[in-house]
Amino acid sequence: MPLHSLYIINKAGGLIYQKDYTEGIARLSSNEYLVLAGTFHSIHVITTKLSPVPGSSGIEVLESDLFKMFCIQTPTGTKFLLVTDPSQLNVEAIMRRIYEAYADYVMKNPFYTPEMPIRAELFDVNLQKIINTYNLK
Amino acid sequence: MASTLNTSHLLDRPINRSRGSETSLAAFSFLFSEMIQYSQKRVAGIADLEKRLANFGYRVGIRELELTLLREKNAKRETRVLQMLIFVNSTLWKSLFGKAADSLQKSNDNDDEYMLSDNDPVILKYISAPKEYASFNAGAFLAGLVEAVLDGCHFPCRVTAHSTGNEQFPSCMTLLIKFDKSVMLRERAFEGK
Repeated sequence: MPLHSLYIINKAGGLIYQKDYTEGIARLSSNEYLVLAGTFHSIHVITTKLSPVPGSSGIEVLESDLFKMFCIQTPTGTKFLLVTDPSQLNVEAIMRRIYEAYADYVMKNPFYTPEMPIRAELFDVNLQKIINTYNLK
Repeated sequence: MASTLNTSHLLDRPINRSRGSETSLAAFSFLFSEMIQYSQKRVAGIADLEKRLANFGYRVGIRELELTLLREKNAKRETRVLQMLIFVNSTLWKSLFGKAADSLQKSNDNDDEYMLSDNDPVILKYISAPKEYASFNAGAFLAGLVEAVLDGCHFPCRVTAHSTGNEQFPSCMTLLIKFDKSVMLRERAFEGK
């Protein structure tokens, strides 16, 4: 069950990380990725307010015929988007490991400024390891 | 009247003084990251940044030496260079990181240089330097620490940290220890006896 791509969006709605993990995915321009992230962020906020019941979370799963997109929002407002196969059921475990890698290799990196685009080699390397263990199953 | 709940404030409880007590790596990593960021604002270049970290390490090393010797049973004051380096390699590393350093070598070119390697230094685990800082090695902190330990035992020297990553151990770090002339003279006097 391949995982296709990962997007990380900061509290303000800016895209801080984007990576594709399978071949053959169409590449957009970096501007288009930023617009995509911003749009998703806004939709996420709208959906939290849309529910008739108070205390609702925003979009968690977006399903289509060709892909499925999961969104996990951390308590700090950072959103992790994972685009996978439509057959993928639960990304709880993968998300937890990605969040752990983020907390380790991004937050503990002295050269990283919070809310800025992520450029940490160890983060890329470890994410690739995590995704590989899922993609090659 | 005795309360069964431990309601004392965290800061009033005694520090865990047992030998094998550990600190959380996450807590240390955040503190270390902040130390590097603090220094970065106050320095001009990479060499300066490493010097600041080495100074931090020096101040930690002085205290670490006293603590390690205090807690070590059968601690003997080392007078020979090789014994001292073995002390750093095993006892000191064990008290800092819970395991001995990975290798100790004598340089072929100069007889006053020795190299201590650690294949995966735990304090550097989460640091990824960007391209502008490619030559920066935060192991300078450890270099300062080891320098303080050796200075404190009357082996004046200069210690520098170098990254010697290879395929097997991409984050391998080596400390180059260069002893003062006085140490080598004393060592030769010992051998002469």
